[in-house]
Amino acid sequence: MVVARELRRRYGETDALRGIGFEVGRGELFGIIGPDGAGKTTLFRVLATLLLADSGSATIDGLDVARDYAALRRRLGYMPGRFSLYQDLTVEENLEFFATVFGATIEANYALVADIYRQLEPFKKRRAGALSGGMKQKLALCCALIHKPELLLLDEPTTGVDPVSRKEFWDMLGRLNGQGITILVSTPYMDEAGLCDRIALMQGGSFLDVDRPAGIVAKYPHALWAVRASRMSGLLGDLRDKAGVLSCFAFGDSHHVATDGSLGPAELERYLASRGHESIEIGRIEPGIEDCFMDLAGAGEGR
Amino acid sequence: MTQFVAFVKKEFRHIVRDRWTMLILLALPVIMLLLFGYAITTEVRNTKVAIYDPSDDVMTRNIVERLSASEYFEVDRLLASPDEAEAAFKGGEVGLVVLFPDRFAEKYARGGEAQVLLEADGSDPNTATTLVSYAKGVIAAYQGELARSAGPAAARARLIDTQVRLLYNPELKGAYNFVPGVMGMVLMLICAMMTSVSIAREKEKGTMEVLLVSPLKPFLIIVAKAVPYFALSILNLATILVFSVFVLGVPVEGSLFGLVLVSFVFIFLSLSVGLLISSMVSSQAAALLISGMALMLPVLLISGMMFPIENMPFFLRALSAALPARWYIAAVKKLMIKGLGPYSVARELAILSAMTIAILAASLRQFRVRLE
Amino acid sequence: MKAIEAQSLTKSFGDFVAVDRISFSVEEGEIFGFLGANGAGKTTAMRMLCGLSKPSSGFGWVAGLDIGRQSEKVKASIGYMSQKFALYDDLTVRENIRLYAGIYGLPDRLIAGKTDGLLAGLGFGEERETFVRDLPLGWKQKLAFSVAIVHEPRIVFLDEPTGGVDPATRRRFWELIYQAAERGITVFVTTHYMDEAEYCDRVSIMVDGRIAALDEPAELKRSLGAASMDEVFRLIARGAKRGGE
Repeated sequence: MVVARELRRRYGETDALRGIGFEVGRGELFGIIGPDGAGKTTLFRVLATLLLADSGSATIDGLDVARDYAALRRRLGYMPGRFSLYQDLTVEENLEFFATVFGATIEANYALVADIYRQLEPFKKRRAGALSGGMKQKLALCCALIHKPELLLLDEPTTGVDPVSRKEFWDMLGRLNGQGITILVSTPYMDEAGLCDRIALMQGGSFLDVDRPAGIVAKYPHALWAVRASRMSGLLGDLRDKAGVLSCFAFGDSHHVATDGSLGPAELERYLASRGHESIEIGRIEPGIEDCFMDLAGAGEGR
Repeated sequence: MTQFVAFVKKEFRHIVRDRWTMLILLALPVIMLLLFGYAITTEVRNTKVAIYDPSDDVMTRNIVERLSASEYFEVDRLLASPDEAEAAFKGGEVGLVVLFPDRFAEKYARGGEAQVLLEADGSDPNTATTLVSYAKGVIAAYQGELARSAGPAAARARLIDTQVRLLYNPELKGAYNFVPGVMGMVLMLICAMMTSVSIAREKEKGTMEVLLVSPLKPFLIIVAKAVPYFALSILNLATILVFSVFVLGVPVEGSLFGLVLVSFVFIFLSLSVGLLISSMVSSQAAALLISGMALMLPVLLISGMMFPIENMPFFLRALSAALPARWYIAAVKKLMIKGLGPYSVARELAILSAMTIAILAASLRQFRVRLE
Repeated sequence: MKAIEAQSLTKSFGDFVAVDRISFSVEEGEIFGFLGANGAGKTTAMRMLCGLSKPSSGFGWVAGLDIGRQSEKVKASIGYMSQKFALYDDLTVRENIRLYAGIYGLPDRLIAGKTDGLLAGLGFGEERETFVRDLPLGWKQKLAFSVAIVHEPRIVFLDEPTGGVDPATRRRFWELIYQAAERGITVFVTTHYMDEAEYCDRVSIMVDGRIAALDEPAELKRSLGAASMDEVFRLIARGAKRGGE
């Protein structure tokens, strides 16, 4: 469905895209995961035919994003980073406007958005500007969907939205994907990675890795331990001082410690006890996407 | 077509729902007209008058007496020579100088030669006109008295010839002349500023991104953006004309058809200017600043609205010639004030049309199908 | 004395009660997580506590000052940092620090020394004359935080300080927060990252204008039988009625 080859794009001094290449299959839910400034938005704009790459190529369904932009624009559903709604129009007016502009009607494609729009219906006379973040996001999705696109490009649809609304949003994406719509979505939240079929981890204009979430986790090269003790703040520094510890970061209520083969849990516990820590708990854990991202992004930084 | 209609409907909603936009669109023309039409016309009372009277005979003394008896004038000083007139004006106190020749009564009696010269400070055209017309009235009334006492036959042979000279602004620019200026300014403001701001707003809010990826043709977006402002401009044009005629008493002396025609061309031109600005900027603030600074100020200062173009240095005259509003204002003056027919503005119409085509072409060239 | 105390603090806009009689207190030196769904009233509550908006009813004290009557003094005694770091892109690192030190009323004779100390502490010695716009995001974030506490306030309010930041930088930032807390600064922070909620001493969760839960993270998880704060949040915020902000 989407084929990108060696996409490069500069903005003044910064390389927003440094040779991005990947493929997305029809019907896939593909996530691009990375922090602000990774180049996600630039990539989405290139794919949405809004920006020309300096070099490289990209095709969607065989159509070139640079040359065939007019034909492509009919087939894409694009939701830019900021919810691009008219704040002074009501929920209903927004949807109606975008439907008409894309040459569709709400009635014809209602089935597609019904699931989402039903939640907005009680507020349909309310101006979009007066909706909460979660509701705006749902309305923007409806607007992007209303012309029944074959490919949905969603640029950071969940940024700044609370966890509950985020969860609901991903449930909706899952259902849409189930109806055969190919979805390309970006997010800065690593915990959303597991909800995609495949993901690309992105930083500094490059993809660090592209794989199924499980595949990325399986490639994690180190041993990873969750460490807890009665006094958490001093623990971080002590762990980083220990030879054999590759990185150590706080993860919720424990610290994730990556070690090389030489350091076992027994030795680690002895070491921490010698530093005066009490009620030490050390358990082997499976890495999450966030562990993998940090390892790929800057190995050794967490010392 | 349905897309186009939906778009225009949306634009109208934006306008109607923003209280400030509505206020600017509807109240601004009226406020400007009233401001220029009334507030600037100063009430004339007890203006100081200087007299140069080498004759000092019964007639000149009578005229001076009558002037000082009126509520408008107060004789302030006598001049020793006509050369002192300018100094009197420059002092800023004197508003009018009355100059008599020598042997005034004798010349009057002989018939024809009795000339009185009224000099006023033309840099304040409204006041100057008012003063001169009051003084003329006083002199005419005196002459009427003389005629009645001497009998009609004698009076026909004997005339006081009142001459007027306006200093600093020889071509009188009266209150009437503000109406064409306000028309030029309001239309330029509403079309150019509002259009550019409304397009810039879509860029700023990110909705332009979605519009661009829609199958909507960019050209259609632009036309749809312009439609509501075109309609509103026509509404404003009508308001201004109705106000001028019925409230300010400035009639449309010449061709109404010509006036409407040239106004339509000017509205198109202003819309194109707005589109050109919006294609160059990406924020509402920048759009506002550019249309404010680059359009309003020149229109106000060098379009001939407030200061006569003939008195400007060459550089400003050249700059003024590049200003669409200058040609529009000139055409409206011909049609409204001077009472000429539509053919008289052929040159202005041609220049405005050429400008429209050039700017429209430039803004369409500038409009991109992508973000940058 | 409590660092922050709210008693039936309420803010309504017309018929809409954005913040509905919330009461809580924050101890000195505590890291207090202020969570809630979009539209729950978090931002409105935070604005009142920072002295930026007057309560409709109820009381609040920040650093012992009445937020209704002494809002100017409140503003002077707190630090504030939001996701949109209030740094001037076209000023250098050093100029930004000096500017904020000046704004917060540090005497001139102290500013130079303070600026140098801060630069050294951040490891920004080389970048002191760099324009802020040229700094990487993580550095900007660190600088914004340092600037927010340049006047050594007793309380600092952080409004989603880590949104969109990469995972390593996000954690480095929390280490800064810990350092500040160890110096005795009270930290009041909002976040959408639920793992960050775990780093707080206590968290409150707002739902529909009220505080629906307030406790230590471990205690919240235990009482709800949840494995993570993410689950806690979902369990508590699930019943939210409100869509409007």
